[in-house]
Amino acid sequence: MGSLRLSRITKSFGATDVIKGVDLEVRDGEFCVFVGPSGCGKSTLLRIIAGLEDATSGDILIDEARVNDTPPSKREIAMVFQSYALYPHLTVRDNMGLGLKQAGEAKEAISARVTEASRMLSLDALLERRPAELSGGQRQRVAIGRAIVRTPKLFLFDEPLSNLDAALRVATRIEIARLHRELKATMIYVTHDQVEAMTLADRIVVLNGGRVEQVGAPMELYDNPANVFVAGFIGSPQMNFLKAAPLGLQGETVGVRPEHLEISREAGEIAGTVSHVEHLGGETNIYVRTEPHGLLTVRRFGSAAYGVDEAVFLTPDPTRRFFFDAAGLRIRA
Amino acid sequence: MSQARSSLPRTIAAHAALLTYTAIALFPVFVIVINAFKSRRAIFTEPLALPDAESFDLVGFQTVLKQGDFLLYFQNSLVVTVVSLFCVLLFGAMAAFALSEYRFRGNMMMGLYLALGIMIPIRLGTVAILQMMVASGLVNTLTALILVYTAQGLPLAVFILSEFMRGISDDLKNAGRIDGLSEYRIFFTLVLPLVRPAMATVAVFSMIPIWNDLWFPLILAPAEETKTVTLGAQVFIGQFVTNWNAVLAALSLAILPVLVLYLLFSRQLIRGITSGAVK
Repeated sequence: MGSLRLSRITKSFGATDVIKGVDLEVRDGEFCVFVGPSGCGKSTLLRIIAGLEDATSGDILIDEARVNDTPPSKREIAMVFQSYALYPHLTVRDNMGLGLKQAGEAKEAISARVTEASRMLSLDALLERRPAELSGGQRQRVAIGRAIVRTPKLFLFDEPLSNLDAALRVATRIEIARLHRELKATMIYVTHDQVEAMTLADRIVVLNGGRVEQVGAPMELYDNPANVFVAGFIGSPQMNFLKAAPLGLQGETVGVRPEHLEISREAGEIAGTVSHVEHLGGETNIYVRTEPHGLLTVRRFGSAAYGVDEAVFLTPDPTRRFFFDAAGLRIRA
Repeated sequence: MSQARSSLPRTIAAHAALLTYTAIALFPVFVIVINAFKSRRAIFTEPLALPDAESFDLVGFQTVLKQGDFLLYFQNSLVVTVVSLFCVLLFGAMAAFALSEYRFRGNMMMGLYLALGIMIPIRLGTVAILQMMVASGLVNTLTALILVYTAQGLPLAVFILSEFMRGISDDLKNAGRIDGLSEYRIFFTLVLPLVRPAMATVAVFSMIPIWNDLWFPLILAPAEETKTVTLGAQVFIGQFVTNWNAVLAALSLAILPVLVLYLLFSRQLIRGITSGAVK
């Protein structure tokens, strides 16, 4: 059980508006990811949901009950932080059990739930250690365990993978996805990394400058972005934005993803020269300098033997183009 | 230290400088202590000589222990110092936590106001303080001294501790809030242990002026039963004749408690001082 509804949430710090009116609904059992560039207000929004920050106006409803004035510990939420935030003076076991102890649960119940959570995260061997004796990945698992033990209505993750190295990040990402399937709990996850957003989310909320730009399933955002910002933010490498007028197309800009740009030595719509080539093994990114569109990225699967300064021609896939008007909004044909 | 950055001449030079400074700093203390164990004649004829069989004399200590109630003076000094230190650390840390943790109107002004005391010596207010103490009937009580020393120590404590507390991760405090810890529990169990090095720094810097102070005991609590050690030692300094044996013995004894407290705090103190400098 755990649905969340935000209605017209705003937040100002003095004269600066950080959140400018957010309406959002997260269904029970959903994995919802807030994604956006740094400073877009995603962490602030999460902290408002947690009750660590008061909303300037608007309502927060958990399971349809208004919780604006409920302290964080009574909202039946659990939060996992970027810096793990384990209590340095407590063992792993006590770290996980503290929330329940504060809530006045019986000792046996606490111990049973800690055991259960540590089994799910394979933390059994670490229960008597202190946080200082754990590695980064282990600490983050303990932090996740501490959240699970509370059996909250909402799990809140604040960039939980940002402090881990690349390999651990992938492993922990898979772990979180598995936990979501097992627990069937509602999770809200904040990240600036669109790969995490795409891989984990049932639904992505793209935030920019304190506003929701678009909400949708990962592939929906990829295939059907509402505006230039979402188009540019989702997908890696970033979408190319071409000027529409020289191509004789409608609107102001035309968005074409690097994988939907055809490269050829003989002929094509746009002429350019190769300025840099990145060989990633499974794929090759070719950066092509063109007039008047600037630097465009072409993504080829497998290897591609193009040399720097070679003259090439690019052709956008006519079925996979996105048109945007001068304000950056999508023009749907 | 890495091989590349240390060389023998450099190490010798560094140690020479440090040892020179140590010798300069310890010399007066050394002179006081050796002379405390010598007869009056020996102090004047050869002030720098070590006590030998002929000049060794405990008359200073005997006078100190006989004349005047030195045990009581010690007790007074200790009570005043420890209680003031406790209040400075507790209230200083609490104020620092509030200033660094909560956003409220006038936070900045309040911080500046509290830090102002570092620059303005409390002795400027002596007359007003004396009037207040007279009005509240606290003259000749240890409470008067404790209140004054707490006020004297707070500005530096708030200033140093709030800087340190700003460096503590918000996530940890927020995790505590989500787990249902009260703000007091967060302060005492999560924040205080993490600023322990800074607390030791503050403790040492506030403790020594309190222990050594002569001004306020002389003005606010000169009565026999509230005398502190520094004030008690003054009875041996007369206008015409000074009992140097007794003065030196009293001073030697007065060094001991500070030394003990310093040793208790020193490990944390060094961490506190260097953590600011190195990071």
